[in-house]
Amino acid sequence: MNEYDVICIGAGPAGMAAALSAKECGARNVLVIERDHEAGGILQQCIHNGFGLRIFKEDLTGPEYAQRFIDQIQMAGIDIMTDTMVLEISEDKKLHILSPQNGYRILQAGAVILSMGCRERTRGALAIPGTRPAGILTAGAAQRLVNMEGYMVGKRVVILGSGDIGLIMARRLTLEGAKVLAVAEIMPFSGGLTRNIVQCLHDYDIPLLLRHTVTDIRGKDRLESVVISEVDTCACQIPGTEKEYLCDTLLLSVGLLPEIELPYAAGISLDPRTRGPLVNESMETSIPGIFACGNVAHVHDLVDFVTLESRKAGRYAARYVQGLSDDQPGFPTLAGDGIAYIVPQQIRPGNCDDTLELYFRVKQVYERCDLHLRIDDKIVKTYHKEHLVPGEMQNLRIPHKLFCGARSLSLDIES
Amino acid sequence: MKYDIVIIGAGISGAAIASALSRYARSICVLEKSNDVSNGASKANSGIVHAGYDARPGTLMAHFNILGNRLYPELCRRLHVPYTQRGSLVLAFDDRECKTLLELKQRGKENGIKDLRILTGEEVLEREPKINPEVKCALYAPDAGIVSPYELTIALMEHAMDNGVDLFTETEVLDIKKDGKGYVIRSEKDEFHTACVINCAGVYADNIHNMLLPPAFSIRPRRGEYFLLDKYVADIVNHVIFQCPSEAGKGVLIAPTVHNNVIVGPNAEQISDREGVETTLQGLSEVWQTALKTLPQLPKEQIITTFSGVRAEPDSHDFIIKHYEKEAPGFIDVAGIKSPGLTAAPAFANYVKEMVLEYFITTDEKKNYQHERRPHLSFHERSPEERNALVRQDPRYGRIICRCEGVTEAEIVDVIHRNAGARTLDGVKRRVRCGGGRCQGGFCGPRIIEILSRELNIPAEQIRKDSGDSRIITGETPKGKSADERI
Repeated sequence: MNEYDVICIGAGPAGMAAALSAKECGARNVLVIERDHEAGGILQQCIHNGFGLRIFKEDLTGPEYAQRFIDQIQMAGIDIMTDTMVLEISEDKKLHILSPQNGYRILQAGAVILSMGCRERTRGALAIPGTRPAGILTAGAAQRLVNMEGYMVGKRVVILGSGDIGLIMARRLTLEGAKVLAVAEIMPFSGGLTRNIVQCLHDYDIPLLLRHTVTDIRGKDRLESVVISEVDTCACQIPGTEKEYLCDTLLLSVGLLPEIELPYAAGISLDPRTRGPLVNESMETSIPGIFACGNVAHVHDLVDFVTLESRKAGRYAARYVQGLSDDQPGFPTLAGDGIAYIVPQQIRPGNCDDTLELYFRVKQVYERCDLHLRIDDKIVKTYHKEHLVPGEMQNLRIPHKLFCGARSLSLDIES
Repeated sequence: MKYDIVIIGAGISGAAIASALSRYARSICVLEKSNDVSNGASKANSGIVHAGYDARPGTLMAHFNILGNRLYPELCRRLHVPYTQRGSLVLAFDDRECKTLLELKQRGKENGIKDLRILTGEEVLEREPKINPEVKCALYAPDAGIVSPYELTIALMEHAMDNGVDLFTETEVLDIKKDGKGYVIRSEKDEFHTACVINCAGVYADNIHNMLLPPAFSIRPRRGEYFLLDKYVADIVNHVIFQCPSEAGKGVLIAPTVHNNVIVGPNAEQISDREGVETTLQGLSEVWQTALKTLPQLPKEQIITTFSGVRAEPDSHDFIIKHYEKEAPGFIDVAGIKSPGLTAAPAFANYVKEMVLEYFITTDEKKNYQHERRPHLSFHERSPEERNALVRQDPRYGRIICRCEGVTEAEIVDVIHRNAGARTLDGVKRRVRCGGGRCQGGFCGPRIIEILSRELNIPAEQIRKDSGDSRIITGETPKGKSADERI
């Protein structure tokens, strides 16, 4: 059996950053396993710009951002095993893998980093009524077909959901010659980044219909039209507001879900809010030595944050294999009023560096509000925020001295 | 073209009859208007092999249900189609429903089922801890089973073709005429001359009948809508669970599928469009609300898809399986095959086979008849050693295309090249489940388009999702496939 100090599952931005940082922090042999035929993950189909503003202080495309890490991985002497699927991980960190070149093998890792990314919520999961014709795709699948394989997916397009990939695809398909009729969003606010709404919709006069959703899908073989209706505050369709849009394509950008097949099968505890594994300050899951970072842990909107979080996971994985982890029990982080989730969900102060980075999302749009940080139920710090939206992940850096003897930490919003 | 026997329709009835007749030295073809087999009611139903207590004693439905149920284990073993006898429960929540259960039990007894039992509420909850604790009692039928209806239909057709039956897809019957002692059947492209016509045309069976004979029955399309849940909640039910039946049918069931998903449905709605397989807001919410009575904690976030099927409800309320010996010798109707049609199909296929053999008087058995169908490899169920051996033999076994269901490239290639092979994305899904899992083809869709295009040697733009002109790709991007040139 081959043995590695650290094995990362997935060679997207998370896996590559984690592998590099594990190596820098003293892990000897590090392996990254990738199911696709090349490294880079979903970045390879993101040919738009806006990547790397924080990490490289440059405006890069997805493939450029990925290539920087691929180059570093090669220079660092880290192996990437492509075309290889991890079928199973066990509690003692054996990985069952399958590839055309090597068949079925079992690898032993000192530490495992889960970095498989996420998948898209589908039309089926939303149970949108209507027929089931061709021409209904998730935005990411369409992005792959258009950007990587050079195929058009339609001529007249409606997009449901204003997630970032949907917004990006509204612009992409417009540039490729399609007519994007509208983007419908069931919530009263967009799930995407403000910059994407401006650059992908406003700049191309594509209407964003807030509080609207697709309520019927028509067409026998190929999509012929969709019906968009206004919804009330409970997200229920308002009768009489139906409007039919003649279109041959419906793209769905209605949410991303962490890919949890492997952690679920391994018995790793999951957080119903992030829908990814519960992690502690080290990005370690409920099984010691198995870490999770990037979109497996919680769905990010900027790759730069994926990189930062994954470097942390890599660093702690290296510490774990060197026996440097402090496993004194810690305390949970609690998402209070207005907070959708906080990552990490558990903190062991003895393992934290000088500052602790918390990532969180809010439940709704807040203008001019106060964000309270409470330690042991007492407000220890209040951050005034001008504008908070669910589509933009927030982060807070908290100095160690604030929480070193704490029993609980929570965040809440007062508007 | 000349055939001894022409079967119209490649659903469960047509496929089962083709498979049963393929044992004999007669030339047989099956005409199907869609581009794949099992593309009507046979692909969208509950997939239940009923025990047989529902149908009224003395009906064809009751007769063939009981016989069919008994044939299932052996048939599915022979064709290598997954089948599990999970047993069924009909729940009663009040005294009136408990009384209905006793009637059902009595009816089952008259139909010939021996091992029906009434369970107390406590016994039910022991077997099904997650269902509504208000359950008073239940009728337990250990013989009820589950099967994938489209996989069985495809397997039957493949078995028939392995034994020499021809299949013509996208061949809609436009007209049937008497021609001397036989018949001539016209489609858009061809003419088929035959001595024997078997009408298995599902919701169109009355139209086919009326091409040759005076109207004798009419088919009313009845739609049923369904939800399919993720494998993550495979353990929410252990049996096929019905509520008490009503005039509208057997009602909303919750059942495990053979692939460990959970199916919830159907409702029953009389519609006018025979192709009306859309789902509706009202229909879906009716199904869900009704199912909550069985399972109050039914997890909405675990829905992976919804679908509906249109069943061929005959105005006679019983199957119509009849040889018109006088009016049209050699013409046989197999019509009105609604529930329990799936269960009954293997049995009435044998019955129709006997009719046909009698009609031809002398028919020899084929010497090289193959009883079994070649099994699917199901790579993910193999041991590590077997998997290694397979990858060495064909590296495409080492490439997982469908992450959700663990399907390899070699398995996809195999179902494309089998008899009655896959030609479309949904055709691949119904044979090896790619796209039937939780990502619903989001990841594997583009890869399967590529594989179909390569294996069938047709451009990717021509690959269809399902029937008709359901092409997925509308052309190349303006700059074509050279992504480098783009900004």
